Amino acid sequence: MTATQPAAAPGTGTEATEAPGAALAPSGSRKPGGDARETLYFALRNPKVVIGSVVVLAFLLLGLLGPLFLKNAPMDYAGPPMAPPSADFPFGTTTFGQDVFAQFVAGLRSTFLVGLLGGGVAAVIGMAIGFVAGYRGGLIDELLNMLTNVVLVIPGFVVLIIINAYLGVRSVPMQALYIGVFSWPWVARAVRAQTLSLRSRDFIDLARLSGVGVGTILRREVAPNMYSYLFMTFVLLFGGSILTAASLDFIGLGPTNAMSLGLMMNQAVQWSALHLGLWWWFIPPGLGITLIVGSLYIMNVGLDEVFNPKLREM
Amino acid sequence: MLTIEALDKVYKTGTFGTSDLHAVRKVSLDVQRGEVVSLIGESGSGKSTIGKMVLHLLDSTGGSITFDGRDVTRLGFRARRDYYRKVQGVFQDPFSSFNPIFKVDRTFETLRRSYFPRVSGAAWREKLEEALGAVSLEPGDTLGKFPHQLSGGQLQRLLIARALLLDIELLVADEIISMLDASTRIDVLNLLGELKGRGLGILFVTHDLSLGNYVSDRVVILYKGRVVERGATAAVFDDPLHPYTRDLLASVPHLDRTWEEVEAEESARSARLAGRCLYHEALAAQGRALGDEVAAGNTPADDVGLVEHAPGHFVGCFRKAADEECPAGV
Ligand SMILES: Nc1ncnc2c1ncn2[C@@H]1O[C@H](COP(=O)(O)OP(=O)(O)O)[C@@H](O)[C@H]1O
Ligand SMILES: [Mg+2]
Repeated sequence: MTATQPAAAPGTGTEATEAPGAALAPSGSRKPGGDARETLYFALRNPKVVIGSVVVLAFLLLGLLGPLFLKNAPMDYAGPPMAPPSADFPFGTTTFGQDVFAQFVAGLRSTFLVGLLGGGVAAVIGMAIGFVAGYRGGLIDELLNMLTNVVLVIPGFVVLIIINAYLGVRSVPMQALYIGVFSWPWVARAVRAQTLSLRSRDFIDLARLSGVGVGTILRREVAPNMYSYLFMTFVLLFGGSILTAASLDFIGLGPTNAMSLGLMMNQAVQWSALHLGLWWWFIPPGLGITLIVGSLYIMNVGLDEVFNPKLREM
Repeated sequence: MLTIEALDKVYKTGTFGTSDLHAVRKVSLDVQRGEVVSLIGESGSGKSTIGKMVLHLLDSTGGSITFDGRDVTRLGFRARRDYYRKVQGVFQDPFSSFNPIFKVDRTFETLRRSYFPRVSGAAWREKLEEALGAVSLEPGDTLGKFPHQLSGGQLQRLLIARALLLDIELLVADEIISMLDASTRIDVLNLLGELKGRGLGILFVTHDLSLGNYVSDRVVILYKGRVVERGATAAVFDDPLHPYTRDLLASVPHLDRTWEEVEAEESARSARLAGRCLYHEALAAQGRALGDEVAAGNTPADDVGLVEHAPGHFVGCFRKAADEECPAGV
């Protein structure tokens, strides 16, 4: 947190000069969920959010649209072995003459899939448990808390290694599921804490006095107070899942029927790309993961500034 | 209309409910239509706990709450919805009663979705404006605003208007005046008086004795979860019996009498009641009437009952906290 302080200062300055807009925005339409425009207004003026999302979106587009323009499948022996980057093979080829760029594009797809699914699974489990535990309290809370703590102290990565090694992971979605199942506890804790503090607010009691059920209260009264937080949580989970997947792939426990950035690095190391000087084989996937995850975290810091009500209430 | 009998609440605190906090002890009271009953007690005496149990926001540990003869202590979701058509609450902190990220209109919208899904937009608008009129608010000044753009008094009146949208019969008003400044206080108090005139029963929770005196027909004095005295407002205020009530009243300025008069009266009363306990004296008297065995067995040490000292004026054992000794040494 401290490290981001100096960087946060310019952001604050921007917000200050934009104060007239900020004052106008709340009196405009801020219906249920309708403050999106205002949020967007601040988000588009936050350099961290803009840079982070541009990088992530660029990679996403490359992963989505790239395959349409590729001549070679990722595993095809398409060209001369160990060729450096050229017009035909922008990222060169592997020891076996596979197109590194084709592999990279395919790997990006897996990476985003893992982030989306792994982050999604963790977010859904964590929020469900956090909401219920925080809102219900009592014995249910104690039990869910126990479960959360158990999963929290389990060394998730080690368990993932064991699961991957013994059960085998054939597909990216399966890997994402495993990752998601072990990365929700901190979400549950944070959501529970926030729900707990919101639950004691009178407007929750007033909603109950309006005869609405628990689900409606959580959805309409509790969650909206945490939207920004939930969104940031998802961004972090997204990045975390990508990183975990890459680590697993790198040590050879990745999916067996798909290409991924981690797997590329794993193969590069396996076939001594480092010693043979085939830098184009391992730099792109390494840089790709670093840039995506790094951008996600930078985006998160920026979002923190965007959502901070103290910066908006001017 | 509302009758509470021997209501108990024990909070489980600590991990796995390892320790108990007895917040409400065998509280009995009732509220009739067209009547304001004040529940008076210092902070932490369990007033809000009682209010929340009446509003079915908290489960009670023992005792019963009945509304028009029907037990409402444990209600299912459907039954609770019906209950809330007739019984509503307004809480102490108006700012915390509104979701800060939404306009105040949403509070009304929630109510409409829940109870009036088939009422047309225009008809609802009319109903809403009528309710706002009843609490002397201009729709244009208040609707479409965020909670932080309105004053505490305006928000509090919006909440009363919300309760009025349902044709309620009982309003639980939990310290609704405490957070308001003096000028708006009197408006809200007068509003309560008006509602009472329309036949509404009001359970008025307050820690402020003079407010209790001002609005209520009857008062219930609560100390550490126990009712120590209750009765018609005039009876309790003119002739406070329990030591706690006397202490409370001694600290309230009287406008109609001088300090010396009040002081003299109170010291005379203190002298008369010192070392006595009207509750146990009354029990003993009853016991003698019924026979000695009854007298011996009828006063458990943790007794939190009341005796009728004068018609409609009840008082409990003269010890203060429920776990202290009776000053009369019973
Ligand atoms: N949710 C709770 N859990 C545990 N103890 C509580 C809870 N709510 C209130 N209490 C305790 O119960 C007692 C009565 O509280 P409350 O009813 O809020 O009093 P009042 O409204 O008269 O100030 C206090 O000692 C308070 O600490
Ligand atoms: Mg209270």
